[in-house]
Amino acid sequence: MYSLIKDTLLSQVVTLWGVFKKLFVKADTVEYPDQQPYMFPRWRGRIILSRDPDGEERCVACNLCAVACPVDCIALQKGEMEDGRWYPEFFRINFSRCIMCGFCEEACPTNAIQLTPDFEMAEYVRQDMVWEKEDLLISGCGKYHDYNFYRVAGKQISGKDKGEALNEAKPVNVRSLMP
Amino acid sequence: MALGVGSALTIGLILGTVIIVAAMLIWVERRLLSFWQERLGPNRVGPFGLLQVVADMIKIFTKEDWVPPFADRVSFVIAPAIIMTVILLSFAVIPFAPNIGVIESNIGVLFILAMASLGAYSVMLGGLSSDNKYALLGSLRAAAQMVSYEVFMGISLLGVVALSGSFNLRTIVEAQEGMWFVVPQFVGFVIFLIAGVAESHRLPFDIPEAEQEICAGYHTEYSGMKFGMFFVGEYLGLVLVSSLITVLFFGGWMGPGFLPPVVWFALKSGVFIAFFILLRAAIPRPRYDQLMTYGWLFLLPLSLVNLLVTGAVILST
Repeated sequence: MYSLIKDTLLSQVVTLWGVFKKLFVKADTVEYPDQQPYMFPRWRGRIILSRDPDGEERCVACNLCAVACPVDCIALQKGEMEDGRWYPEFFRINFSRCIMCGFCEEACPTNAIQLTPDFEMAEYVRQDMVWEKEDLLISGCGKYHDYNFYRVAGKQISGKDKGEALNEAKPVNVRSLMP
Repeated sequence: MALGVGSALTIGLILGTVIIVAAMLIWVERRLLSFWQERLGPNRVGPFGLLQVVADMIKIFTKEDWVPPFADRVSFVIAPAIIMTVILLSFAVIPFAPNIGVIESNIGVLFILAMASLGAYSVMLGGLSSDNKYALLGSLRAAAQMVSYEVFMGISLLGVVALSGSFNLRTIVEAQEGMWFVVPQFVGFVIFLIAGVAESHRLPFDIPEAEQEICAGYHTEYSGMKFGMFFVGEYLGLVLVSSLITVLFFGGWMGPGFLPPVVWFALKSGVFIAFFILLRAAIPRPRYDQLMTYGWLFLLPLSLVNLLVTGAVILST
């Protein structure tokens, strides 16, 4: 009899009291749209294409990001400017496929493609999730403020000959015997 | 028009208040539940989310009201109306304050028990006419549960009736002038509380509509406002059981004079409504056979013993 009362009544009362006490506990809820969470700078969110300090596009259309992408959501086409720079004629990211893995950022040799702490990218129409270059390109440098690929790379463009890049030795004249 | 028992204004006010309170309980319950689960609950629509009810109502009124082609149309449509009707009828005999009420009835307690029994038809018809396995199981459970818990719901009230010597709820309240009946009839109160939860099939005794086992039980096939009537009917039942507990065991409208009697009534009922919501937040649902065993083998003998002892005490004094 005692155990019956203990099991059917007493334990229930204990449970009721335990739950009732929760009335005075602060709620765990974060009221999201009003109360924005702190986003860490390295958070992998919306993908952007950055520009170098001179305001030129950093992307050289090497296709490494598209190759690295595990879900094949990046598509681009190489184009070449008159001064010899490579650039993407179009650059398309399908965000309805993107899994924000950040492999493209890892693969990028010119720090052009970068992931940002923004995640509010909901759309009503699926096609709106496909972002073109105009949508992706920002006017700033992103995470790397003084990096300019054409200034450090040996690639020859008009106005910058071989050997004129930063820390680049003059090209060796292979036909000369002089050291 | 004057206020008074049975005047048209009073009846209208009671009807409106009861339905509005039952609708507001949708919001109150969600909010309280979430507090007890360390959440915030609906707080977006209007101040504190108070207009959530309006949003819910707009939603439920504009939903497609679909009657399945395989259902028995007549009883399918009647079933949700029954539960609303019988519970609203039960409010007729409840004395809210000395001069507020719908009718004076000398058989108030019996009337309420009769209406509670009729409520079983609603869930039975709803489940049977749906022609759905889950609904059938739900209505089967509902019928068995309501019929068996009615038995000692009535018996647990007999102690109160014996002490006050009347079936009239107003007389019962007035008989509690010196001492609330919860003190001499504590066992009866606990049994009535449990039976009341089972009668209004609220959690933890919501076995007829146990979502995790049988979809939504007897109202699986219902949609739109027909479902809404079952939904609001459940809250109406909650309000009814709470006000019945207040009337029968906690002295109805009585309380210190600095508040009007009807406010005391509302406060006491509100405490019990909150308690029923706490039950939902805290207690897990028992198994179906456990519920029946518990009712017939424990609560029924206990209520009979309670009645026996009460009778003996009354006779000896």
